[in-house]
Amino acid sequence: MTELDKRMTVDAIVDQLSDGMTIGIGGWATRRKPMGLVRAMLRSDLKDLTIVSYGGPDVGMLCAAGKVRKLVFAFVSLDHYPLEPHFRAARQAGAIEIWELDEGMFHWGLRAAAMRLPFLPTRIGIGTDVITQSGFRMVKSPYDDGEELVAMPAINLDVALIHAHRSDEKGNLLTLSPDPFFDELFVRAAPRAYASVERIVSTSELDMAANARFALVERARITGVAEVPLGAHPTSAAPDYHLDLGHLKAYVESATSPEAWQGYCARFVDVTEAAYGDAVGGLAAAAALPHPVY
Amino acid sequence: MSDASYSLAELVIVACAEAWRHDGEVMATGIGPLPRLGTALARKSFNPWLQTTDGEVYYASEPVPPGKRVASVEIEGVANYDRVFSALWGGRRHAMVGPVQLDRFGQANISVIGDHAKPKAAMLGARGFPGNSISHPNSFFLASHNSRAFVPGEVDFVCMAGYNPARYLNGRAPAGLDLRLIVTNLCVMDFGGPEHAIRVVSLHPGVAFEEVQDNTGFPLAQVEGEIPATAAPTAEQLALIARLDPNNVRATVFKDNPPGDRRLAA
Repeated sequence: MTELDKRMTVDAIVDQLSDGMTIGIGGWATRRKPMGLVRAMLRSDLKDLTIVSYGGPDVGMLCAAGKVRKLVFAFVSLDHYPLEPHFRAARQAGAIEIWELDEGMFHWGLRAAAMRLPFLPTRIGIGTDVITQSGFRMVKSPYDDGEELVAMPAINLDVALIHAHRSDEKGNLLTLSPDPFFDELFVRAAPRAYASVERIVSTSELDMAANARFALVERARITGVAEVPLGAHPTSAAPDYHLDLGHLKAYVESATSPEAWQGYCARFVDVTEAAYGDAVGGLAAAAALPHPVY
Repeated sequence: MSDASYSLAELVIVACAEAWRHDGEVMATGIGPLPRLGTALARKSFNPWLQTTDGEVYYASEPVPPGKRVASVEIEGVANYDRVFSALWGGRRHAMVGPVQLDRFGQANISVIGDHAKPKAAMLGARGFPGNSISHPNSFFLASHNSRAFVPGEVDFVCMAGYNPARYLNGRAPAGLDLRLIVTNLCVMDFGGPEHAIRVVSLHPGVAFEEVQDNTGFPLAQVEGEIPATAAPTAEQLALIARLDPNNVRATVFKDNPPGDRRLAA
């Protein structure tokens, strides 16, 4: 092993996680979720997790598997299926503790953590029930305006998990999709961050001179990288592949009964990532998925 | 000249478009097909300065039709979420959203029905509603005007701030709070009543004020004198709408796609 070889398997990454951790998951709803890592979490004995996510099927699957003690979120949605069925079931059973934020407050909390600040001020939340939840305090502007603001506390993570398109062995990442979402802040809000990537290539193949604006974060923030082709599937990793609406339908139907969920897991979760790839038709099928309309 | 053959959906699109008439050069966001077509109609008729997106990540040179793409989209700018937050916090946006519940203060809910800890129905979560509501103008479209949507008291979880003094800090309404129009299947309302009370400003053809009031969980104000009828689409507007919605998604919003003037229903 060279000094700067950060390559790991998804299971080795999940071995680094422990019960009760606060884990941030990158991506947004049905886009660029590190689903290979999430599936590995489902196969593990992990429990009592606090999950911080702009939620999609990552949150639904972790809820369905009983891994979640607390959820920090602004929404959980499958976009084309607006209501995430597994999340709904857990929520309606009162099975998870929740801290519900505005999308921008969530961003602000990650940014505060990334800046190692205790909070960042905002007006967001004023006038709503968000700030009637526990965990919020107000702060008064020390300047002449004297405005009372919400002190959005830092969302400090133990670990961040993200999915990117390319990496070299050193953890230099390229996120090629048009929207990087807040993956950079997730990484910065955590002392350790792991990325699954579609392909690990040489540094020269990253062609950083041409792709610099797609470079997510300095490699010093990336603890480990795992090559997981289709690692975001069924969510999108455009431009490599789009959202798999057909698979999403099967996933939604897996919430209709415990047996349906067990059946889904047997086919798509309790298998190796290579077998998962085969089960969903492989890279060629994924690359042929049409661009969904939002 | 109005065209008597217009649908309720087309009447609603025209009413929604009015929300953006005087906004100048801002980001216009319409959630759902009819508000989105409202932004498109506004952009192509009386406010060409509006910026609208492809619903995903780019600003488009022309309004993007709802449903499947019928033509390639020319991109004129980027609207990734980081940019959208920056833009909306700066106030240069007017969104029209579709809450599940709205109360007499204009407080809106898309989070849960029932108790927040163990809801009867879990929905999306607060999304960007709290930030939107105190940052830029907001309007609403509700497809079913009834007292389950327009609730008595307060909504079950306040996601959007409204004109509710009990929730103000130091007795002042949040600085950016600016609620504009409410368009429903029955009428158009605004917040122009006493102390920002919700007020009926026009009734869709054939609808009486009493019916609107009976389907609303709180008392409604009304404009002085006789409440006018919601303006019917002109033939020109109908032609424009047809062009902006080549997939005819507008026909799928209301059950059986009823006429805009309900007295003409079969």
